[in-house]
Amino acid sequence: MADLTKLKPGEIALLQGNEAIARGALEAGLSLAAAYPGNPSSEILESLADSAASAGIYVEWSVNEKVAVETAAAASFTGLRAMASMKQNGVNVAQDFICNLTISGTRGGMVLVTADDPSGISSTNEEDARFIARLADLPLLEPTTPAECLAMTKFAFDLSEAIGNLVVLRSLSRLSHTRAGVVPGPLPNSRPRPHWDPKQAWSTTPVVAKHQAMKDKLAKAGQIMAGSGFNTYSGPPAPELLVIASGSSALYAAEAAALLGAADRVGLLKLACTWPLDEALLLKHLAAAGQVLFAEEVDPFIETEVKAFYAQHAPDLGVKRFFGKASGHLPRVGELSPGRLARAMGAILGLDWRGADPAYAAQVQQANAQLVPFREFGFCPGCPHRASYWAIKQALALDGRQGIVSGDIGCYTLGIHTTGFRRVNSVHCMGSGLGVASGLGKLKEQGFDQPVVSVVGDSTFFHAALPGLVNARWNQSNYLLIVLDNSATAMTGFQPHPGTGMTATGQAGTSVDVEDVCRGLGLDFQVVDPYDLAAAQEAVFDAVQGAPGLKVLIFRRVCALVQGRRGGHPYHMTIDQGLCRGDDCGCHRFCSRAFRCPGLSFDEKTGRAVIDEVVCVGCGVCAQICPAGAIRAEAKEAAA
Amino acid sequence: MKALYREPLDIVITGVGGQGNVLASQVLGRTLLQAGYTVTVGETYGLSQRGGAVMSQVRVSTGPALGPLIPENQATAIVSLEPLEALRVLGQYGHPGVVVLTNDRPLIPLNVQSGQDRYPDLDQLKQAIAGLCGRLYWLPATEAAFALGAPILANVVMLGALLACGLLPLSAAQVEAVLGGMFPESKMAANRLALAKGQEMATG
Repeated sequence: MADLTKLKPGEIALLQGNEAIARGALEAGLSLAAAYPGNPSSEILESLADSAASAGIYVEWSVNEKVAVETAAAASFTGLRAMASMKQNGVNVAQDFICNLTISGTRGGMVLVTADDPSGISSTNEEDARFIARLADLPLLEPTTPAECLAMTKFAFDLSEAIGNLVVLRSLSRLSHTRAGVVPGPLPNSRPRPHWDPKQAWSTTPVVAKHQAMKDKLAKAGQIMAGSGFNTYSGPPAPELLVIASGSSALYAAEAAALLGAADRVGLLKLACTWPLDEALLLKHLAAAGQVLFAEEVDPFIETEVKAFYAQHAPDLGVKRFFGKASGHLPRVGELSPGRLARAMGAILGLDWRGADPAYAAQVQQANAQLVPFREFGFCPGCPHRASYWAIKQALALDGRQGIVSGDIGCYTLGIHTTGFRRVNSVHCMGSGLGVASGLGKLKEQGFDQPVVSVVGDSTFFHAALPGLVNARWNQSNYLLIVLDNSATAMTGFQPHPGTGMTATGQAGTSVDVEDVCRGLGLDFQVVDPYDLAAAQEAVFDAVQGAPGLKVLIFRRVCALVQGRRGGHPYHMTIDQGLCRGDDCGCHRFCSRAFRCPGLSFDEKTGRAVIDEVVCVGCGVCAQICPAGAIRAEAKEAAA
Repeated sequence: MKALYREPLDIVITGVGGQGNVLASQVLGRTLLQAGYTVTVGETYGLSQRGGAVMSQVRVSTGPALGPLIPENQATAIVSLEPLEALRVLGQYGHPGVVVLTNDRPLIPLNVQSGQDRYPDLDQLKQAIAGLCGRLYWLPATEAAFALGAPILANVVMLGALLACGLLPLSAAQVEAVLGGMFPESKMAANRLALAKGQEMATG
């Protein structure tokens, strides 16, 4: 990321949606930003962290999303402008606080950014986080382009301050990770000095009176949003088909109308202010069209609300036909695309749209089916997680009682796939692996006789695993917790976390050690290097075979990508072609088939394993798995 | 501002995580923006660092902002840093007239390494791609980049080839100027050579 204060006002720049949100916040006079990393939202805080020194603002990675929103609220209570950003899952983590904050209200402009991920491109779900706005009665803004990201973020701060409540801005992975021309505006010269009048209390009581005040704030927000000009209409005054769309879907719908050659038959009502809905605007456009299609991602949020609104006004508006997810014209799951919109609009207008002619489509489909294999995801070459799962798999196989591994969120989530030897049995949300293990570990009296292991990364450990661990300690659950400590939040781009002791802006913080947490809870723990496969395997085996209780292993080895930046791994790997048994190996290509490190390859011509010199990083782990001892690890200095 | 070869001009840049495709799309996007066009660069990189396929879409027009996704089977050109990925993307974005430029160096998927799946014969792959596009540039970009001292330069070689195939309203000097703003001068000599090598390969 880059220092966004260096952008020149009035000079167009190619900015990512996330960078545009960050720049918009800086232009609005942001004083504090907090977040927990998660794609597709991470670059918002990263670019603010890189701008923090020049802008003179405070920026932090918080331990989780709930704390991030609380941290931002604190600044708001003192009159400062503040922002918390997160991916859709993070909104769930923060939800309890948000649903109370909306009753207490806020002071300095406060914005919550949720970057949703239709199709779950980098997520465990494709949840539509807009429902937080409906649930907590908060104003909701949905920009369409990076330029709108900047303008609407600025607007969001003004709106929040005008009504005294949090404002939600919703991005999408396709918007957060789209780059387009954005013209920055000026940055503010000063920010207010924070102060909290001790006579002022920010709380939710009396609940009913404050709930009423919250409703009034939302109504006021609706009026301000209606005058903002962000909702736009384009098309004929009385279109044959009215498309009501938000976010990227509005751009897809406009393009679909052009693809169909039906721009003169279709009207596009692009809603950027999507809660509360602009009722006067809706009445006007519903009155002028007999058919309405809703285009939005992922859930039918606008669709359902507009239909409910229509029901109130049906006697005046007359009969309308509604199309969208409920009618089956658009899919209820997955992201939308221009083609999906073109087919849906075509079906309504009696036009047929196909991307490719059928003969070409058949030919390309056949070529793909015959020639193009799937490209499997995998842990990086040298990744400590591959070694950790290898040890866990071997130890549980030796134990022989069908051990269960509950997983968690991070790179090591891939343990459910072949790269982790399919050794993970459950994955849900941050920290949930410990709760599931805690429950399994209490089922012995009911007859559950399988060993239980929970794996959690170091960043996730601090984010949401602690209550699950305390619960297990308190209730005397029996399981083995393995902390996969690679000293990085690797999945989302190596952001620091409490264990690393670094802060978002690169200063030294106070590091919080996993060991100290275990000591404090009175838990037995052992630190093991997963690169030492035999030691790691033995530690897991001993723990599951030993006396019942809650045990902790800390598998500590820095992320291979981080090690690469710190000067690399120590070994030069070779394969003794004379010792390698190739396909005749008792285990049938144990290294490239079973261990599956990308640095290991197989030469079909010679029938022997080879090291891919470009890919192998030299971690030395595979030398321990070859049954013939053919894989050699020599110290790099000696090899040179 | 020159008229575009097609309106909108839609370029898919694909490959495998770590090949520098996001950087190539950013360079292209910035150069086109400076030349006065409306540019939208869509990036997909969910798990791309973990060996998966990765794609960027560069959309150029003289009109209003475009969405981040090219409509299916409507790409003007497909630039692929890996030959298998070129054919994969043709399924989604190809049509009989599309221009394909691909690096000829395979990156073997893990599931092929493990013996589960097969990587297609390269001649067969080349023939299949040639039969599904209007023009095919099958280029030894990694080889050229190796000769320049760094295989990662294959993305800049491919960018040079794209410049030379006549679809973009840009000169090499314009792209060089943008690269110069993104890289230290010490790295620019190799980048200039890579750009020139790509142009030479596509015209030669």
